[in-house]
Amino acid sequence: MPTMIEIKDLHKSYQMGSNSLHVLKGINFKAEAGELVAIMGSSGSGKSTLLNILGMLDEANSGDYILDGVPIKNLNETKAAQYRNKFLGFVFQSFNLINYKTALENVALPLYYQKVGRKEREAKAMRYLEQVGLREWANHLPSELSGGQKQRVAIARAMASEPKVLLADEPTGALDSTTSYEVMELIQQINDQGNTILVVTHEEDIAHMCKRIIHLRDGVIVEDKKIKQKRASEYVQ
Amino acid sequence: MFSKDRWKEILEVLSSNWFRTVLTAFGVFWGILILIILLAAGRGLENGITADFGDIATNTMFIWTRRTTKAYKGLPKDRSFDFRLEDVPMLRERFPELRYVSARNQLGGFRGGSNVIRGIKTGAYDIYGDYPEIINQDPMGITAGRFVNQNDIRERRKVAVIGEGVVSELYEAGEEVLGSYLKVNGVNFMVVGTYKKKSNDGDGEEGQKQIYVPFTTFSQAFNRSDNVGWMAITANDGTSITGLKEAIVSALKEKHKVHPEDTRAIGYFDLYEQFNRVQSLFGAMRFIAYFVGILVLLSGIIGVSNIMLIVVKERTKEIGIRRALGEQPWSIRLQVLMESLVLTILSGMAGIAFGALFIFGVNSLLDASGPVDMFANPSVSLGVVMAALAILTFSGLLAGFIPAQSALRVKPIDALRNE
Repeated sequence: MPTMIEIKDLHKSYQMGSNSLHVLKGINFKAEAGELVAIMGSSGSGKSTLLNILGMLDEANSGDYILDGVPIKNLNETKAAQYRNKFLGFVFQSFNLINYKTALENVALPLYYQKVGRKEREAKAMRYLEQVGLREWANHLPSELSGGQKQRVAIARAMASEPKVLLADEPTGALDSTTSYEVMELIQQINDQGNTILVVTHEEDIAHMCKRIIHLRDGVIVEDKKIKQKRASEYVQ
Repeated sequence: MFSKDRWKEILEVLSSNWFRTVLTAFGVFWGILILIILLAAGRGLENGITADFGDIATNTMFIWTRRTTKAYKGLPKDRSFDFRLEDVPMLRERFPELRYVSARNQLGGFRGGSNVIRGIKTGAYDIYGDYPEIINQDPMGITAGRFVNQNDIRERRKVAVIGEGVVSELYEAGEEVLGSYLKVNGVNFMVVGTYKKKSNDGDGEEGQKQIYVPFTTFSQAFNRSDNVGWMAITANDGTSITGLKEAIVSALKEKHKVHPEDTRAIGYFDLYEQFNRVQSLFGAMRFIAYFVGILVLLSGIIGVSNIMLIVVKERTKEIGIRRALGEQPWSIRLQVLMESLVLTILSGMAGIAFGALFIFGVNSLLDASGPVDMFANPSVSLGVVMAALAILTFSGLLAGFIPAQSALRVKPIDALRNE
């Protein structure tokens, strides 16, 4: 399998008034295409910061980040927006759907930014909504959807632009366990299709549904192991 | 760039809080409405006052003689004198910039006694002895026959051109006017033409009750020899009569042996100066209208800018999401700018439309109640509307600019953290 993500000696510190907070202290890891990686750690371990850097929402102070052979360095906002749109899909803990747009419009949004024509965009968005089982809900606003449905819309949106990597930041953090498993089942299915996925979580059971767990503590990787994946479908009745 | 999707989004944002949008729009609406109404009112006043000037050539002065107040060259003070006919060629020669120099004589006057008789009817009218050129200085429309011409002057024909007011008083309806005779101070004149002057207020009626006869005939018939009652002097376009008048007055003083410092001996009225004074008043009024209107508009614009800032603040998270999904910064800026622009232009258009409606209402009210002195036909030109639209577009962009910049300053990561 080709290397999808490669990170070398990544450092990041935040300036908090006169103090400097060193959050990431030299992270090294590689992820191959088709991997499903869980990034675990207690709060303050730097896992969200790492994900933000991987998501080009934030920039590291030093170190290299190569995404599918493209070095991600010194991006201006325009370039970063382009790369995010082309290479990455985001799933957030709080769903982050745009509340005055319907499920379909939300899913179509990344395609709109790719300047895909209206008809094609809607057809494609509909296909992805169907994949997450929300075809009948296409014309509903996020406020009319349950938490699990919202997260599925968010996943459909993340997948709509056919990204190289899907980044999920606590995708089940705001959901009860049954819904969490449903969402993880969806993520596993997407992974089964060959997509690379990084999941940040602090829940052991969610982490064990991935294929590899990276433990972060105080800004360094303390453990990096491949595990035997637990299928979420085993938990779902 | 101006796709259906963007319009849809603009409408969604603007309609998400109707009450706030309408309140904000009202500021701009009100500003442009005030601007339009002030300009229209100024124009109405201008139209009314300009109509009082009528068609008269405004680059004109009138000049007449009075008694001298200073002894000069052996002549006593309190001497009365008249301009002479030879003054006209003298002025023409010395001031080639002059377009018309008309010598005039006059009989009768305001509330003068009856001086014109036709059959059993009589009337009191102003009788002018004039050269043909006067029709260019004090324009009148010839409604029948002709005006005084050079042959009348040369042959001293006893012909007269009379106003429509005279016709209606001295003639029965439908009676043939041309070729009939009028007796003016005992002398018979044949009517060869009738005129009507364009004027719209109280003075207009007086203007129709005048009789014009050839200058030479007048002098002979009423015993004026070569004396000239007064002169109407018009300068060429491009030369101001106001600049020439001092020189004209001193030339006449010199010719008539009047002390150069005798300021009372020659009287004059500078129409051009009056006209310019009124014109500069209009200029000042326009300036005030623009000044007040634009300031009111500005406060509306600041309102829009404020609301856009709040909208951007409210949508911080949404902007963060969209940037995470890969929306380009220019697209976000365009979005905010267009929201502001659409809000400003829509409300401005409403203001312009409402202002036009208001002007229309005032006009029909004026039409219904008859003419009002010094106020006529308030209106704004298409140019003003275009200028207003340009101001609106500019100010819409201005109002959106700061909020758009603040939208771009939000880093997506901070925006997403904002719960």
